[in-house]
Amino acid sequence: MTALEERTRLEQGAWDALGTVMDPELDEAITSLGFVRGLREQVDDDGARSLLVHLRLPTSFCSPNFAYLMCSDSKDALAALPGVGRVQVELDDHHDSDLINRGLAADAGYKGTFGDEAESDLEELRLTFRRKAHTAAAERALTQLLRARSELGEHDVHAVRLRDLLTGDARDALVRRRAALGLRVDDEAPVAVDDHGTPVAPSVVGMWLRRARSTRISIDGNAHFCRGLLATRYPGAERDQAPRDEGTAPVPVQLLTRRPA
Amino acid sequence: MYSKDGTDYFILDAHIALWDARPENLRNVHGKQFIDCFYDYHRNLSPESEQWSYDQYLYYSDRLMKDLFEDGYVDHAIFQPAILGEFYKNGFGQTEEAFALAQAHPDKLTYNHAFDPRFEAKGLEQLRRDAERMDLKGVKLYTAEWQGDSRGYKLTDPWSRRYLEACLELGIKNIHVHKGPTIRPLDRDAFDVADIDAVASDYTDLNFVVEHCGLPRLEDFCWIATQEPNVYAGLAVAMPFIHTRPRYFAQIIGELMYWMGDTRIFFSSDYAIWTPKWLVERFVDFQVPEDMTDYAQLTTDTKKRILGLNAAALYDIPVPEHLQVAPEPAAVPEPAVSVAEPRAEGKAEMAGMA
Repeated sequence: MTALEERTRLEQGAWDALGTVMDPELDEAITSLGFVRGLREQVDDDGARSLLVHLRLPTSFCSPNFAYLMCSDSKDALAALPGVGRVQVELDDHHDSDLINRGLAADAGYKGTFGDEAESDLEELRLTFRRKAHTAAAERALTQLLRARSELGEHDVHAVRLRDLLTGDARDALVRRRAALGLRVDDEAPVAVDDHGTPVAPSVVGMWLRRARSTRISIDGNAHFCRGLLATRYPGAERDQAPRDEGTAPVPVQLLTRRPA
Repeated sequence: MYSKDGTDYFILDAHIALWDARPENLRNVHGKQFIDCFYDYHRNLSPESEQWSYDQYLYYSDRLMKDLFEDGYVDHAIFQPAILGEFYKNGFGQTEEAFALAQAHPDKLTYNHAFDPRFEAKGLEQLRRDAERMDLKGVKLYTAEWQGDSRGYKLTDPWSRRYLEACLELGIKNIHVHKGPTIRPLDRDAFDVADIDAVASDYTDLNFVVEHCGLPRLEDFCWIATQEPNVYAGLAVAMPFIHTRPRYFAQIIGELMYWMGDTRIFFSSDYAIWTPKWLVERFVDFQVPEDMTDYAQLTTDTKKRILGLNAAALYDIPVPEHLQVAPEPAAVPEPAVSVAEPRAEGKAEMAGMA
C-alpha cells in the first residue's frame, strides 16, 4: 500500500472515505482491519483521475454477503468523492472473487451479482449487525461506568442516562451506533434499551447487561480471530491494522454478585 | 488419560478428522482454498513447536493414532467428517479409511457419519444403509456444504426434518452441527443458529452438539443453550485460543459456564487442525485470570467433565470408576436460566430483551 506521505490528495481522500466503510460483523472500519490491500490513483487516457482499490479478507471462505457489502460500500464511498473519475474496486483471493468483481465492475447490484442466491437485499443483514454493534457499544459504555462508580451495581443500569456515561470513546461510539439505528441520542435518553429503543425493565436489566456482554465478547473475539488470520495469510498485514482493545479489561466484583432469578 | 498433580483425567476428543487434501484429490480451486484456510487456522493458533509442514497437513493417516492416543492423552475420539464432494474428488473426510480405523479400534474410536438432506429420498435410503453398516450413534452436518447450484441448507428445511426423523428411528441420537458462511438466500446471516433452536425444540430426543460453540455467534448460541436442554457446546476452534489469546478463551469458557453450566461442554481438538496434546496440557493448567472477576474459577471437576465425562455420557462410552467425578451438586455451576423451567415460560420471561 502507498505509504501515507506518498499519497496524492485524491488517494488521501479515498483512504478517509474507506475509513467510513465498516465490516458489519466486526463493527470496525476496513482501513483499521487491514482489509485495504492497495489504493492507487491513475490518470486515464481521457485525463480523468480514476481510483483502483484492492480489498483482501482473512480467508477465501469469509461470508460472501459481507464481502460483497464491504466492496459495494467501498465503491459507493469512493464514487462520492469530488473530482474522481472511474472507480474500480476488486476483491482479491476470495472464493467468490470472480462473481463479486464482475458484479462490481458492471454496477450490477446485489441481486444482479448473486442472481438466484439473492432474494431481496442485504439491508436486513446490515440491520441485524447494526443492532448487535449497538448492544455491544452499550455494554462497553455501561461496564466502563460501573468500573468507575463502585456504588453502582449491574441491576442499577436501567436508570443510567446518556448524560451519566463517562465522556470519551465508548460514549461517542455508543451515540454513533444509536444514531445509525435512529435511536434517541439526547442526554436524557436511557442507555439500557432494546433494538427499538424501548427501555429495559429494571427486573431484567441485569440479565440484559449480561447478554449484551456475550454479544460484545462475540464481536471482539471474531475481530481478533479475523485480524490474526489476515496476518497469517498476508504476512505484514498486521502493520496495516490499528490496535483494537482486547475488550477484556477487568470488571468489578459487584457485577457477579447477583445472578438473574 | 492425562495425569497432573495427582489427578487423573479421562480424555474424550469429540471432534477429529481424517482428511485428504493432496493435489490429486482436489476437484477444483475451492478444494485448495479450503485446505489453505484450514492451514492458516492451524498456523495462526498453534504454538510454533506444534506446527506441521503444509505437505504433512494435506494427509496424515500414518500419524493419527500416535498423535491422539500415544502423544495426545486421548482415551477415545469421535470422527466428525466433512464430505465436501464439490471440492474433493474422493471427498475431504476419508469415510472408508476412518470407518475401518474405528472398526479396528472400537474401544478408542467412534465413527460419526455425514448426510446431506439435499440428496432427498436417495440420500435417505443411503443413510438407512449406512446406519446399519456403521452402527451410527451420531452424524456431523455441515450446513454450508455446496451441492450443485446450492451452497447450503437449513435444519428446518422439509427434507432436513425427514432426515432428523429418520435419525430418531435409527437410534442416531447425536446431531453435530457446523455452521458455515454460504446459505441461501445470502440476504441473511448464514451463521444464525435459529434453525438449531427450532429443531432442538421439535426433536427433544435428539442431542444437538453445536460445533465451535456457535462461534462466530457465541451470544446467539448461549441464548438458545439456556433454553434447550438438548443443546451442547463443542469446543472445536475455541480451544486453541488458550494459547494465543488466553483472556479471550477465559471469556468464551466463562460465558458458556455462565449460561449453560459445565455439563454440556465438550473438549474437541478439531484434529488435525490442532493436535490434542498441547490443548489437554494447557487446559488442565488453565485458570480464569484473577482480575476477570465476572467469571467463576474452573474447578478440577469442571475440567474433568469438559475434557471427557460429558461426551462419554452422551455416547455411552465407559469411563473407569476412578476417573469419574463424585456427585457434588453444590459444586456444579448453575446455568443462568434453569433448563428445568418450562421452555415457553422461559422464553416469555425474556421477551423484549433481545
